[in-house]
Amino acid sequence: MTAAPLPGESVALLEQSPSEKALAGGVKPRRWGSWYVAETRLKVMRGYLQTMVATGIGTPLLYLYALGVGLATLIDANMGSGGGQVSYLVFVAPALLCSAALTTATEEFSYPIMLGFKWNPTFFAMNAAPIRGGQIINGVTIAVIVRLVAQSVVYYLFMRLFGAIPGPYGWLVIVVGVLTGMALGAMLMAYATKLEEDKGQFNYIMRFGVIPLTLFSGTFFPLSTLPVWLHWIGWISPLWHGTELSRVLSYGYDEPVWLSLVHVAYLVLLIAIGWALARRLAVKRLNK
Amino acid sequence: MPAPVISATELTKKYKDFAAVDGISFEIASGESFGFLGPNGAGKSTTMRMIGAVSTRTAGDLSVIGLDPNQYGPEIRSQLGVVPQEDNLDTELKVRDNLIVYGRYFGLPHSYLGPKADELLEFAQLTEKAKARVDDLSGGMKRRLTIARALINNPRIMMLDEPTTGLDPQARHILWDRLFRLKERGTTLVLTTHYMDEAEQLCDRLVVIDKGTIMAEGSPASLIKQYSTREVVELRFGSDRNAAAATKLESLAERIEVLPDRILVYSDNGDAALQKAHELGLNPLTSLVRRSSLEDVFLRLTGRSLIE
Repeated sequence: MTAAPLPGESVALLEQSPSEKALAGGVKPRRWGSWYVAETRLKVMRGYLQTMVATGIGTPLLYLYALGVGLATLIDANMGSGGGQVSYLVFVAPALLCSAALTTATEEFSYPIMLGFKWNPTFFAMNAAPIRGGQIINGVTIAVIVRLVAQSVVYYLFMRLFGAIPGPYGWLVIVVGVLTGMALGAMLMAYATKLEEDKGQFNYIMRFGVIPLTLFSGTFFPLSTLPVWLHWIGWISPLWHGTELSRVLSYGYDEPVWLSLVHVAYLVLLIAIGWALARRLAVKRLNK
Repeated sequence: MPAPVISATELTKKYKDFAAVDGISFEIASGESFGFLGPNGAGKSTTMRMIGAVSTRTAGDLSVIGLDPNQYGPEIRSQLGVVPQEDNLDTELKVRDNLIVYGRYFGLPHSYLGPKADELLEFAQLTEKAKARVDDLSGGMKRRLTIARALINNPRIMMLDEPTTGLDPQARHILWDRLFRLKERGTTLVLTTHYMDEAEQLCDRLVVIDKGTIMAEGSPASLIKQYSTREVVELRFGSDRNAAAATKLESLAERIEVLPDRILVYSDNGDAALQKAHELGLNPLTSLVRRSSLEDVFLRLTGRSLIE
């Protein structure tokens, strides 16, 4: 077994010294390691495919119908329309897409990270193979992005079906949704990478972090209808930035261009900080 | 001795002020089966992680396959097969998928990994479990799967950290048999254990390690010869009479050890020593004459038992 050449090895390669062979063995993992990890994560996700498809289809269907059609009847009849510019369905739909991405990202970047570092320490197994800490974080992130894209595309298609996207650049809400999910997700990933023990912190974050963010980020009603002293929640919330931006793209919501750029910059910044921090913390945690 | 594949000089790992590994030096030759024998917390696993290029050393020199782990982590790891102390198989994947996925981390193509996974399942006697969930495997099967996983890249060096801890005797013997076969094929084995029988079974050469330092080095037979007598008599008098009996026994043997539950009498002729004990009027509740083992070597070197 040990004498059998690996694929790609010629007889000449077998005459390499052990060190040369090791140097050659490191080339592919150094270059492609992140993708190998992503491959594993997607394979693991396939085990949950049914659940993911069910939530991926069920969530837009339920929320768009309940809020965009049901609640909208009441709101549009009383106010003319949400925010006055468009129907409540058109107003709320992009926010629902972003909010769904946020929920999925929260799921994917909390317990699965703790699982890999602690409860079923597969990240240590990867690291004992030629995979580096940063690549593990990259691979996990790539796989979650794949899921977020798929989920947001489905959401977008339902939005079209409900007639919730009037603007020509509406498809860009898919990108904004992924950015929104990733912005909170990357920060959470860094936190989970650092966390030694879960004493209910994730549950706490979900209840007192994500849910209030969803409620007070201009999701169901414009931030401007809240008292001024609550506006800060929106400003720090990636969901508010994502929601506002997706409204601009979906139906041409009126806001200054610089503000739209701030939204993009804020989301990208959070992703960059969270991602880099998680990479660094992962290297540290694996090096015991 | 052929050129070493692993060589360490004054290798040290400190966690704040605590030195888990305190300046150890050793060399391991290609094809050799080398063991670190010591109690829990001796620094064995830390040493293994440093050799495995996943833990940065604090001081000293270390070379694995001629490369420095600090600089060439992925390169070194591409040539290793690692069996960690605690199983870290992916419980979310099926048995065979665990092998395939792991092989991908080395950049190996699916066309190679499919047949290789089947071959390794056969080797690990797990062919029928290929599609089972990892959680449904017994402890021994999980260990064998972990060993199979470590072999996916045809490693030059197998690193086994406490490979049979927690397994029942039958599962241990199956595992030892598999490891023997690897050894016969020329794979270098590096293992840690706190089981003396395991060290005696598997190791050509070993170091006894305690509190981060090397106490002795040699083959199991030479260590026993150097640090113990040929035979040992184990006598039990009951806990309240042990001490009194010990003073009388001292004249009979080269050395005695008084343990909480029994007295060990070291002598090249155990039967004769036991006979003399009876002649002295000492009537132990139970007596046993046995060959010296590495346990005795460890006791001699550290004054403590391996399993505490």
